Amino acid sequence: MTHQQTEHANNGMAPEASITAAAMDGALTAHDGAVTAAVGAAAPERPPAPDRPISLRTENMSLYYGDFRALRDITVGIPERTVTAIIGASGCGKSSFLRSFNRMNDLIPNARIEGIVEMSGVPIYDRRVDVAELRRAVGMVFQRPNPLPLSIYENIAYGPRRRGVRNRADLDGIVQRCLTQAALWDEVKDKLKQPGNELSGGQQQRLCIARTLAVEPDVILMDEPCSALDPASTLRIEELMQELGHEYTILVVTHNMQQAARVSEMTAFLNMAEDRAGALVEFGPTSEIFTNPQEKTTEDYITGRFS
Amino acid sequence: MRQSQIDTVRGISAEQFHRSLRGRRLVGKFAVIIFLFSTFIGLATLAALIIDVLIDGIPWIDWDFLSTYPSRHPEDAGLRSALFGTIWVAGLTALFTFPIGTATAIYLEEYAPRNRMTQFIELNITNLAGVPSIVYGLLGLAVFVSFLGMGRVVLAGALTLTLLVLPLLIVAGREAIRAVPDSYRQGSLALGATRWQTVRYVVLPSALPGILTGTILAMSRAIGEAAPVIAIAALVYVTFTPGHPFERFTVLPIQIFNWVSRPQADWQHVTAAAIIILLIVLLSMNAAAILLRDRFQRRSEE
Repeated sequence: MTHQQTEHANNGMAPEASITAAAMDGALTAHDGAVTAAVGAAAPERPPAPDRPISLRTENMSLYYGDFRALRDITVGIPERTVTAIIGASGCGKSSFLRSFNRMNDLIPNARIEGIVEMSGVPIYDRRVDVAELRRAVGMVFQRPNPLPLSIYENIAYGPRRRGVRNRADLDGIVQRCLTQAALWDEVKDKLKQPGNELSGGQQQRLCIARTLAVEPDVILMDEPCSALDPASTLRIEELMQELGHEYTILVVTHNMQQAARVSEMTAFLNMAEDRAGALVEFGPTSEIFTNPQEKTTEDYITGRFS
Repeated sequence: MRQSQIDTVRGISAEQFHRSLRGRRLVGKFAVIIFLFSTFIGLATLAALIIDVLIDGIPWIDWDFLSTYPSRHPEDAGLRSALFGTIWVAGLTALFTFPIGTATAIYLEEYAPRNRMTQFIELNITNLAGVPSIVYGLLGLAVFVSFLGMGRVVLAGALTLTLLVLPLLIVAGREAIRAVPDSYRQGSLALGATRWQTVRYVVLPSALPGILTGTILAMSRAIGEAAPVIAIAALVYVTFTPGHPFERFTVLPIQIFNWVSRPQADWQHVTAAAIIILLIVLLSMNAAAILLRDRFQRRSEE
């Protein structure tokens, strides 16, 4: 792949784009050996979170909605196969920040990104990147559980089907694997044909996590995934996040300090500046952010002195 | 004690409060009666019309009435040509309207950029829905019959009615598509589905029942229209049935219009019988569309 060849590809639909996507995959799998070995042995033998390879990286990233600057000069490197929490007051741009990584902000007219946003070294706002392929690799779980108006089975099969998986046995396997991974299989294995939106809120959210797993993502973005759930369901999702954090890069926006402390290894604190643009105040291992914050605003926020 | 404190805060005594509550309840009851009465005005008129037509027409309906051609004598007159004409025109109109209307609605809701051009298109579609039907008839006469040289044939009639009911379907289709929760689209896109896949596998199945309801309304309008088809067909005494889209034709409303204007008493019965047939055609088309809609609804929920 040379630049001359790809220069004229107008957008993601061109064949060159899939090469870019493949490069994205390749860059990730390069680390596979080391990490799987670490996971395979025992959890403590993984390198500490800050030393793991970087999955998502931004440099001086700013996000604009028209003239309004929602995020300012964010520079951060999110380690792979780690749960990273994003905390901060309402309206400081946490969700916008999250959606920058799967380009869901593209759906908002006049939204614009400046600066560098990379996944495994691939600039994801490059016009050669296939947005659909990017979103496959960077899954997302929303604030309110949003199963599609389909059966439980078809909710999981939806992603693989759109990517051309037709074989019934393959799909059956994917459905069982993902529901098992999302700790939902035992509850729904006898009613796979029932509509997904008839499950309880917590089950729906686990269904949404399962369907995200079905397209084999590398990163999972979670936008306050427990804010619409009761405490018991919240606990189950949190356990799930921690488990999945060994295999996937998870970025979770949360308003719940305890949740951030419980599930994440890394924490990013965003705050709104005077011009209402969100900026990264502090980023580091969760234990340090919560016990020994370097910034006064971080400490004030965590201790609940403002919100 | 507490109650009186609250009342003092509001500045009214308990007694005053109860009196005004009685008054408000009375107003509420009165309003319900008015609404109920208004509903009955519409229902009673419709019932009176239908009963009157049924009494006049039912004795005249038999197989001969459906299978014979119009005649100068009321007892020999039949609907065959008009019935076939209506079925031909309605079928072709549905065939043209549904895909064009749905595609337009999808484009405007899912793809069109929010700019002046789109606003201009939207404004015009809304306006077109309000244009008198005879204007469409004259347009069809000028464009399809004369300019394109089709002549006064079934196809020209169907295309004219397509233009007439397209705005209705587009408006209904857009509303159905807009009613699909955005969380479905986001969920689909976030799984790596393309925009078209999201429209095809999530938006359309969810919106289809609404689009089909719009189609039912549009087709009901098309079948009942006389004015534009009179301008196109201009035939009231037709003694053949169209075998293909390029033959001449008449439709039920034209036949009814022709019969109702005759002076002899027996023609009123023939007219009533024809109206009943028109209603049956209308209702069976609606029933077919509703069956289709329910089938899709069940399928999209699976």
